[in-house]
Formats: sequence, C-alpha cells, structure tokens
Amino acid sequence: MSILIHRDATFIVQGITGREAVNLTRECLDYGSKIVGGVTPGRAGRDVYGVPVHDCVRDITAKTHVDGSVVTVPPRFTRDAVFEAIEAGVKLLVIVTERIPRGEVAQMVELARLRGARIIGPNCLGILSPEEAKMGGLGGPAVNVRRAFRKGPIGVMSRSGGMTTEICNTLSAAGLGQSTAVSIGGDAIIGSSYAELMPLFEADPETKAIVIYSEPGGRMEAELADWVRENRSRLPIVAFMAGRFMDEMPGMRFGHAGTIVEGKADTTADKIERMKAAGISVAERIEDIPALVKERL
Amino acid sequence: MRFYEYEAKALFARHGAPLLRGRLAHTAAEAKTIAAEIGGAVVLKSQVLTGGRMKAGGVKFADTPEQAETAATAILELEINGQKPRGVLVEQRAGVAQEYFAAVTWDGRRKLPVLVFSDMGGIDIEEVAETHPEHVAQVHLSTLVPFSPFKAKEAVAAVGVTGDDLTRLTPIVASLVEVFLRYDLTLAEINPLGKTTDGRFLVLDGHVDLEAEARDKHAKLLTELGIGKEETRQARPPTRFEIRGAEVDASDHRGVAGNVVEFDGDLGLVIGAGGGSLTLFDAIRKHGGRPANYCEIGGNPSVKKACELTKLILSKPGVKKIAVMMNVVSNTRVDIVARGVIKGCVESGRDPADTIAIFRIPGAWEDDGFKILGKYRVEYCDRTVSMFEAARRAVAKMQAA
Amino acid sequence: MNAMFIDVQVDAAVAADTALAKKLTEVCPVNIFAQEKDGRLRVVEENLDECVLCELCIQAAPAGSVRVIKLYEQ
Repeated sequence: MSILIHRDATFIVQGITGREAVNLTRECLDYGSKIVGGVTPGRAGRDVYGVPVHDCVRDITAKTHVDGSVVTVPPRFTRDAVFEAIEAGVKLLVIVTERIPRGEVAQMVELARLRGARIIGPNCLGILSPEEAKMGGLGGPAVNVRRAFRKGPIGVMSRSGGMTTEICNTLSAAGLGQSTAVSIGGDAIIGSSYAELMPLFEADPETKAIVIYSEPGGRMEAELADWVRENRSRLPIVAFMAGRFMDEMPGMRFGHAGTIVEGKADTTADKIERMKAAGISVAERIEDIPALVKERL
Repeated sequence: MRFYEYEAKALFARHGAPLLRGRLAHTAAEAKTIAAEIGGAVVLKSQVLTGGRMKAGGVKFADTPEQAETAATAILELEINGQKPRGVLVEQRAGVAQEYFAAVTWDGRRKLPVLVFSDMGGIDIEEVAETHPEHVAQVHLSTLVPFSPFKAKEAVAAVGVTGDDLTRLTPIVASLVEVFLRYDLTLAEINPLGKTTDGRFLVLDGHVDLEAEARDKHAKLLTELGIGKEETRQARPPTRFEIRGAEVDASDHRGVAGNVVEFDGDLGLVIGAGGGSLTLFDAIRKHGGRPANYCEIGGNPSVKKACELTKLILSKPGVKKIAVMMNVVSNTRVDIVARGVIKGCVESGRDPADTIAIFRIPGAWEDDGFKILGKYRVEYCDRTVSMFEAARRAVAKMQAA
Repeated sequence: MNAMFIDVQVDAAVAADTALAKKLTEVCPVNIFAQEKDGRLRVVEENLDECVLCELCIQAAPAGSVRVIKLYEQ
C-alpha cells in the first residue's frame, strides 16, 4: 500500500496551462497517474496532453470523482484556487506554489480543517508512491523517477523537494524501496507536518520505517519527537539534519522560507538533541541513512 | 523584514496606539531641537535592528536640550553589533508605574496567530513563561473568523487584570492584533507597554517584523513609512558581492541562481537547490573546506544565468576553484548547468578543467552534461558518488593546489 | 563570444522563406531565431548556447533543412 495516493487516485491540476504545470502534467501522465481534468479560468475547451481544461473546479467534480488537486497558480491567486477546490469537495490539496504569505497559508489550513481536507505544501514538489502514482513534480520526468525511486517499505518525508529525490535515490541504491515519499514543503507554516503524516504511515502495513530530511527553523522536529513518545510508534525513524552551519548565523535566511534560526529551539543542535531523546536516529551523512534504517528494521 | 522602533511605533500610532511625544533625529542638533520642543526630561534611543541596545549604551537620558545634544552625539557614533544607527529617537520621558507585554506572532504548530499578554513586561517573555506561567496568557486567533476585541480582553483578563486597567488595555492590545493581521506581520510586539504613574497606558518600545513574501502587497505602507525597496533588513546589510548576486538572479527570469551570501574562504560554490545547498555547505565545512560563498541554483536556470553566477564567484579575490554540486536533479538540467559554468570559466579567462574542482550534478539530461564535461576535461561524478564524498574531493583538490 | 556548445544550421532556402522564418522565431523557446527587416531568417549567435534541444525547430521545418549540432559531440 501507500499513503495519500494510489494507482487509481484521480486528481486535477489547477493552473494547468502554466509552463511548469504543463511539464508536471506530462510527467504525472507518463508515470501512470490519473489526471481527470485541469483548471485555468477562461481557457475551457482546450486540452493539455489530452487532459481537458475547464473554467471551474466544479465543472469537473460535477461529472467525475476527484480525489485531489495539484495547485500551481501564482502566489496571489493560490488562496482562491485552494478555497475553490476545498469548497468543491476535494480532500487532498498539493500546493506547489511558493512565496505565499503565511497568513494566507493559515487561512487555507483552517478551511481545510473545517472541511476535513488535507493540504500538502505549499512550496513542495508533491507526493510519489513508486509504481502507484505521482502527484506533482517530485522526481521529474517518469524516466528519472524510475531511476531514483523504487517500491518498498520506507516512508519518506522531506522539507526539501530536491533532497527527497536524493534520499530516495540513496535508499533505492541500497535496496530499500519507498512506500510513499512526501515533499512536505519548505515554508514556516505547511499543511501537513511530519507528526501529522505519521498516523497515515503508522496505519500503512507496507511501511516499516521512516526517513525524514530536516532543516533549521520551526518546531516541526520537536513536534515529531513528542508525537513519537506519546504514541509509542512502531516505526523506527532515521533523520538527516541539514544546515548545521546556520546555528552560528542567527537571523539569516538560507534554503527555504521556513529556514531561519531565531531562537534556541530553531537550531539544528536543539532539534537533534530532542529527536535523539525520542529514539530517532540522526544520520551524519546521507549515505549513512540506509545502514541506520537496516539496523532497526 | 524588521522595522526600526520608530517605524514600528509609527505603524501602531496609525491604528490608535498611544505614544509618547517625540520623533527621529538624524543629527545631534536635530535631537536638541526635538528635546526643546518636548520640554523637560527626554530619553534618547539608538535606532538599530539588533538587540542589546541598552547594555551597549545605546539608550541615554537627558534633562535639558544641551544634555540631549551631547547624548545624541555619543549614540550616533556608537556601533551596536556592527550596526551604525539609522538615527536617534528622542522621546518624552514618562514616570512608569508598571510594565506589560503584548505580542502577536505565529504558532507554527497550531498554524494560527497567537496573542501573548503578560503583566510582567520589559523582561524576557520566554523566561517569564517558564518561571511565572500564571503571568503569561496565550490566546489563539482564527484567520477565517473576523477578529473581535473580546479576544484581547480575554488575554488581558487572564493574567488577573481588571477594572479601569482592563478597559484601557483592551483597545490597545486589540489594535495590535489588527495591525498584525492586516499587514501580514510575523511579529507585532509592544514591550514594554507602560502604565504611567498618572494611570495612562503608553507604547514604550515596539517591534515589527513583516513577512518578506508580503512586501509587494504592502508596498504603499512601506513607502509611507520611508522604507526603501533596496533595504533587505536581513540580520546584516548585504555586501557588494551579495548585491551583485541578486542582480545576476534578477537579470533573467529563467530559473534561480540566488541567495548569494558572501563568506571569507577560497573555494567558490555553485550549489543547489534549497536543501541541497544546506547539505553541501555543511559537507564542505566538515571536510575542512573554506567556502567563499553560499548560493542556491535551481528551477532550471538559463545558461547565461549559471555563467554570470560563475563569473561573479570567480571575480571574488582569492577564489581559486569552484565546486559545482547539487542533489539528484529532476527539473534543473545537468547539461544546461554544465554549459553555464564552463562558459563562465572560459569568459573569466580560466581553464574549466583546472578551475572546476568537481562537478557533481546527477539527474535530468546527465548524458549530455557528462559529454560536455568530458570534452572540457572537467572532473565529474554521477549519482553513485554521494554529495558528501563529492565535497571531500573538492576540498582535497583545493588543499593540493 | 561565439557559441561553445550548440550550432544551428539552416538551409538557404528555409532562411529566405519569410513565412517559415516567422514560424521558427515563434517555436523556439530561447529566441535562437529572429527575422531581419526584409523577413529573412537570422540565427541569433548569442542565444545558441541556450538551446534546450527541444527539436521544435526541426519539426517546424522541412526534414533536414534545420540542423541542431552538439559541438561537444564533435
């Protein structure tokens, strides 16, 4: 099994006629994903690689069951697009767009909570379940995805889209395939944190271990440490922590919007300490991850 | 992006928060004039974007305009944590009976704004929260349900404030919340919020942080407050090298070659993307390498952009070699980056084979990329070589050179 | 500086065909083609290295009349 998506999951692409969206649509279709429609206001009647374009999300949901939506519209239109999808009954939103003010992200998250929908991102590359489906740009063209990702027992969550692929590639080369890889997004406020996705992996019998990529800034790693302790998780977790040099450079932003050291709790040193205390293994190098996982499988 | 105290106060005042009389002076003579206008005792405060101002001697008191002039002279010359003051804020001095704390910020875990209020202001709030939790109230706010002042009242009342103090504090705290929500702030803080000996409440000091992503949205406000477009308001002002880096990124809309940060080492880095750069920068340092810069390339930059970035890095005095490294790429193309960095070397009058210590970008279009690198005899590696190992090879080459 | 990685060669007949020249300027995502005042096709030297090998120009012109050459394969 996988989490969030599966081979029969249907989704739409909002902003489908944009340059990056066109690429992403083609990549997902090539990988076998079921894209049942696209939305770009005013462009109804066109198609993108055979996917019909509509003006409104409801034009699609009225006729077809839609499990999710990939939202890749400019920042100032993103909140509206996400609200539209949620109000049309879509339950899984992957928000690719970056540079959305966090007040607007919080509004989307709050509405999603009210309507029982889940948000992945913003500022993410999406979700990929090897041999099942790909929802978003994660891994790139299907041919590249097949090189880096393999089916298997590891759940992957990463604050960096590019590092999701790097880590999955390392795992695959060591014979450790992935159940689902989730690029959770690099912003200070995101729809689904590690701890919020853990119950899904926990409930997936195929997943046997978790690998996460983390960075300075925010409380997400502390939240995961608390979750692991409070829920007596069956899943061993291996974490990689990037940006250790940032501990010495408070107030400077590197990498992603959410990556900044403002207080002690933002430092990698503090996060590593908390995670280790909760029984999470912390890898010093990416190539050390497979051995640490195998030790605990 | 942080606001100076005088800007934060100006923003609060627009929404009805009560301030002391006073304004910003750029010269000691101006400070003297302002002190004379106010009449009586004044306080003079250095306008810097860093903490520890009081300890560093950036806050002084004066009873006469002449004293104010002397104090202003000293403050204007004083650098605090490497920052020259923007000016000196001259304000009336008030007799303060009690100090409160009020702030709105984001709770990343709950993903909601949180209003924090305390009747123990003026000191470190995190410390108060640990030692005297009953003196710190936290009220989460909705981003969908319109804000209503009772939320502010609840926060103030929760620490035991009642009577006239409650009714006077509530609108001040409510206006702070409104400012926070309206302008996409990541922090709006009044600390201390003082109660004078004659029973009035005043904003004694204020902090505002505006989200960088919301700058364009609030361009009008920034203009009105006199905040220039060129002001990055990062932890330190940008260097010339960093400004040129931003120009390279802005010169072409295709892809990103951005966030160039200057360091004092000799190994130039052309690295990406966001997370990959953090990982690689750590790896270089772990092997004892001394980076000349940090940067992030990604989103499939044009050849020109990669070329210009390479030229910029090679133009930095003391940079002998560059390391070109990324995580396995899927959107950015290996061949395009290879073309860009080789061209950058050649246009800088350098031999790519000698200048590029290592090229480690596996992924999309790697076959073409590796052919290009082979032709120019640049050492490259594929995905079987880890980022950490590639960084080691780059540092080893630097040390051997 | 001359192109280091990519060369694009166009048959004289294609270059003189103003309708085809217009089409080529439209399909190229990195502006390798431009039209002279008289409508003839001009290859923009400084953009050659930006070629993304999409082959849209090759598809737009009669077979073999537009050639994209990878200089790094020679």
